[in-house]
Amino acid sequence: MTLLTIENLNVSYRGSGRSAHILDGVDIEIGHGQSVGLAGESGSGKSTVAFALLGLLADNAEVSAAYAAFDGRTQDFAARETASLRGADIAMIFQDPMTALNPMFTIGTQLVDIQRRRFQKASRKALWARAEAVLADVGVQDAAARMHRYPHEFSGGMRQRVVIAMALLVEPKLLIADEPTTALDATIEAQVVDVLHRLRQRTSASMLVVSHSMGLIAELCDSVVVMYAGTVVESGKVADVLHRPRHPYTRALLACEIDPFAAFDPSQDLATIPGNVPDPSRRPKGCIFAGRCPARHDRCSEKPPQRHAGDGRPYACWLEAA
Amino acid sequence: MRSASLQIHLAFKLATALLAVAGSVVLLLALTRLIPGDPATVILGSRATPEAVAALNARIGLDRSLVEQAFAFFGRLFSGDLGEDVFNGRPVLNLVLAALPNTAALAISAMVTAVVLGVPLALLSARWPGGKVDRLIAFLSVGFISTPSFVVSVFLLMVFSVTLRWFPVLGAGESGDLADQLWHLVLPTAALAAGWVGYIARLLRSSLLEVLSESHIRTLRAYGVSEAKILMKYALKPAVLPTVAVLGMGFGELLGGAVFAEVIFNRPGLGSLIYDAIRTRNYPVVQGGVFIIVLLYVLTNLIADLSQSLIDPRERARLVSGRGQ
Repeated sequence: MTLLTIENLNVSYRGSGRSAHILDGVDIEIGHGQSVGLAGESGSGKSTVAFALLGLLADNAEVSAAYAAFDGRTQDFAARETASLRGADIAMIFQDPMTALNPMFTIGTQLVDIQRRRFQKASRKALWARAEAVLADVGVQDAAARMHRYPHEFSGGMRQRVVIAMALLVEPKLLIADEPTTALDATIEAQVVDVLHRLRQRTSASMLVVSHSMGLIAELCDSVVVMYAGTVVESGKVADVLHRPRHPYTRALLACEIDPFAAFDPSQDLATIPGNVPDPSRRPKGCIFAGRCPARHDRCSEKPPQRHAGDGRPYACWLEAA
Repeated sequence: MRSASLQIHLAFKLATALLAVAGSVVLLLALTRLIPGDPATVILGSRATPEAVAALNARIGLDRSLVEQAFAFFGRLFSGDLGEDVFNGRPVLNLVLAALPNTAALAISAMVTAVVLGVPLALLSARWPGGKVDRLIAFLSVGFISTPSFVVSVFLLMVFSVTLRWFPVLGAGESGDLADQLWHLVLPTAALAAGWVGYIARLLRSSLLEVLSESHIRTLRAYGVSEAKILMKYALKPAVLPTVAVLGMGFGELLGGAVFAEVIFNRPGLGSLIYDAIRTRNYPVVQGGVFIIVLLYVLTNLIADLSQSLIDPRERARLVSGRGQ
């Protein structure tokens, strides 16, 4: 049984005159205790998926799904019913630790208040003690004193630990990490990845890691969903997708990663994917990646079929499986 | 080292405040000369002898240059002397101190009313922006802001005192009878506060909406923290900073507005004292009265400035440790 199933998730924003289609038929499935990565460049809609799960999209967003279920119950993500999942069943680690915490209140106050939805009858003292313990757990030294400090008195890495502690405190069934390391520098990134690693080993929570970094996803996840311009282009086990990418976009994305073990060659430019993600209000009719695809041919003007590779993993492309 | 920077900060603020006071005194002395009509003629009548006029001018310092007057003013100030009433020779300081409590009571009650009504209105507006409640509050606020307080005063007097006879018409009430004094305070307070209620409601609403769109609020929402707690705790505290700054300046403006209210409601106070003094060219009283208002204005600004730093933990840390941003 899966923890989360969403079929054909669509999100669009209605603006003046035209509407922008942000997500187009996204399918996502996360099993109990499983960790799924959501990969793609900026503008691919991967964060929109995360926000839609929590009902945190802006008011003018229109959300619909053919079928959605969380933990055995069907969920209507369009009806903002998801608000009841927040802070109890689903928790989120946000991208930028510098802005994710309120500058006017102590860490302790914030760590207590975010537990309220989950533990409605607990005393403030008990919640404070829990927060202190978890803060120490994620590697914040002298946690008892740190509870009384304000966010500006923490370094970036320490703030991200506080943000992770928030997610741990509510013992969610699903933990969403939205670009958890993007805003951090390299040494701190390694520490935060380590904390997330330990977290996965210790809790039975499922995880959804939203990141543009295939490296981070490879490190933290079992399977990966590759998104491009609001559609899923390929999904499967991390090892399979990484070693045998089927979709030209996945290949291009992997080519952009830096191989830390390759000989350093300063004369060689970093690989990039030429062109930009298409404007969501002017989506091409056929394959969404056709405009930037190196293997484009005539059929790409039609919507590509969902195909299955030999190992059963789906991808959406006209090319024969390589 | 730690407290040294705080002292430097305070000293700097105080120095700026004193400079503002000094500047305003010079301006004040210059302006009193620009008021049309020779004080000596107004005071002594048109048939006064030149000797009498010269003697009077010498007494109130009008025979000396502006700079000399300013120095004389500050010199006397250090001995607590604000000059004397031209007509009866009573010390201006006593007149001002007698009038001050009435004006302060009016200004403070107007400010408290404005905050007590304005803050909840702002919270209501920001809870459902663009909704019916928000639009109604916006309509009323703009109406209150754009109606001058003296118009409101006359209107309130006509309706509630003259026609309905719910409230007393004139005066500040029997001295010693607190209930009567408060009763007399209601209409002038309403007249002064109306615009400020609207102003605070609008100002705080827009800062609340700005804060509500920040990521730390999204964090709280993602954890299911109740919208009421988000609004009244986590959004209100950062959003209140600009309003505190405006209130500091607003208090000075309220003191100015009190002049109209006191004249219209015939309340004894700094406003009516200065108003009467201007009419009779009683320069020392004008100067002493306005000087006290300037002093209060600078003082409330200073308090607002400091309380802003005290509310914001980042500012507080900067003040105490002396680290620049």
